[in-house]
Amino acid sequence: MKELKITPIKDGTVIDHITPGRALLVLRVLHLPESSSSVVSILMNVMGKKGRKDIVKVENRELDPKELDKIALIAPKATINIIRDYEVVKKHTVEIPDEVVGITRCSNPTCISNAREPVESRFHVISKDPPRIRCYYCEREPEDIAEGII
Amino acid sequence: MSFKNRDIISIKDFSKEEIEDILEYAKHMIPYAKGEKYTTQLQEKILATLFFEPSTRTRLSFESAMHRLGGRVIGFSDPSGTSQKKGESLADTIRMADAYSDAIVIRHPQEGAARLAAEFAQVPVLNAGDGAGQHPTQCLLDLFTIMTEKKRIKGNNVVLLGDLKYGRTVHSLAYALALFKADLTFVSPETLKMPKEVINECKELGVEPVSTTSLEKAVKDADVLYVTRIQKERFPDAEEYNRVVGSYRIDAMLLQDAKKDMIVMHPLPRVNEIDPGVDVTSHALYFKEAFNGIPVRMALLSLIFGGKKL
Repeated sequence: MKELKITPIKDGTVIDHITPGRALLVLRVLHLPESSSSVVSILMNVMGKKGRKDIVKVENRELDPKELDKIALIAPKATINIIRDYEVVKKHTVEIPDEVVGITRCSNPTCISNAREPVESRFHVISKDPPRIRCYYCEREPEDIAEGII
Repeated sequence: MSFKNRDIISIKDFSKEEIEDILEYAKHMIPYAKGEKYTTQLQEKILATLFFEPSTRTRLSFESAMHRLGGRVIGFSDPSGTSQKKGESLADTIRMADAYSDAIVIRHPQEGAARLAAEFAQVPVLNAGDGAGQHPTQCLLDLFTIMTEKKRIKGNNVVLLGDLKYGRTVHSLAYALALFKADLTFVSPETLKMPKEVINECKELGVEPVSTTSLEKAVKDADVLYVTRIQKERFPDAEEYNRVVGSYRIDAMLLQDAKKDMIVMHPLPRVNEIDPGVDVTSHALYFKEAFNGIPVRMALLSLIFGGKKL
């Protein structure tokens, strides 16, 4: 079975092995397509070697570390392929950091991190698989991590 | 182990051994807390008490504790006269208090406020309750009360009763009791049950809590009955509230079948969940529990200033 149903990209990033059904969430946390004019391709429920997966290809854009952390939280098994001139020049899996700072809001509306204070949101990662995080300030654990991602 | 300059934000910041040390030190504070002995240990220190929310016991006992140690207190009990009302951030208010004092006690309606305060203060910060979050000094004085009355915490069947969902004190208390291997029974209306998160924490500590809605049976087997207030605003209608409150009211009749040495605790204020008739029984421990706030807070204040044994 031919895996890729969309033509290869010349330069950019291919986010592979996204948890099936989460490709649109990946777009949302990367603020795509509204944050750039890059061409974005999505494949959902593609059959790969290890079962079904989603794939997102973003042309002419490489992701920064914060964006990688966001993807790790919603698709912890994703792999990132950096493409330059049709070649994969770098390939790595995402990794959830021990602490998540400034990338997701606390789901508790009365948490001080949601008030007008000069601090970034901050979470301790209490489990990486499945991802579970706890707010450093109010100690609450959000039920749906993706919902709070900024 | 050293407590010098440590923040007291959440009971989870402390190991079992550290908690035992605090409680042990608090015992030595009792005669000083009662005014039977005198000390000037903290005479050169100033404590700032910032109460953004009303409080009777916590504020007064912190202030009394500081005075009993020979220290001085500045602060406010009503934020309406402060710059907070003009829109000043908590971070800035804390920076000011940090400059004016040697330690800060804070009560605030928002969860995580004390943790934030600790980030902006160089001096130690003590959490006196942050919204529905943590109230570590209440937790310590509750542990102290059980330990002094029952000699040890382990093996005692502690029944937590009332609003277990939103109650500020019961979450950290359940965690701490599990840390000390107490047996736990949770009694609450169906809609105010202990959150799964807290139950899982207890299980991770090797304690399997029993949850029930039946108060009578739980009281019979209890060594400690810890009662909390059920707040009216948690219910969709007054009728439902009245029904629930009525069914969880503690009176002398209910306690007839209790163990002779069972103790009734309550973080106070109580509204009508404990009948005043219980006050005169040997079970009533809540006023002594409130007094215990003084030696425990004295111990904490002394320790964060590098306290020497008295």
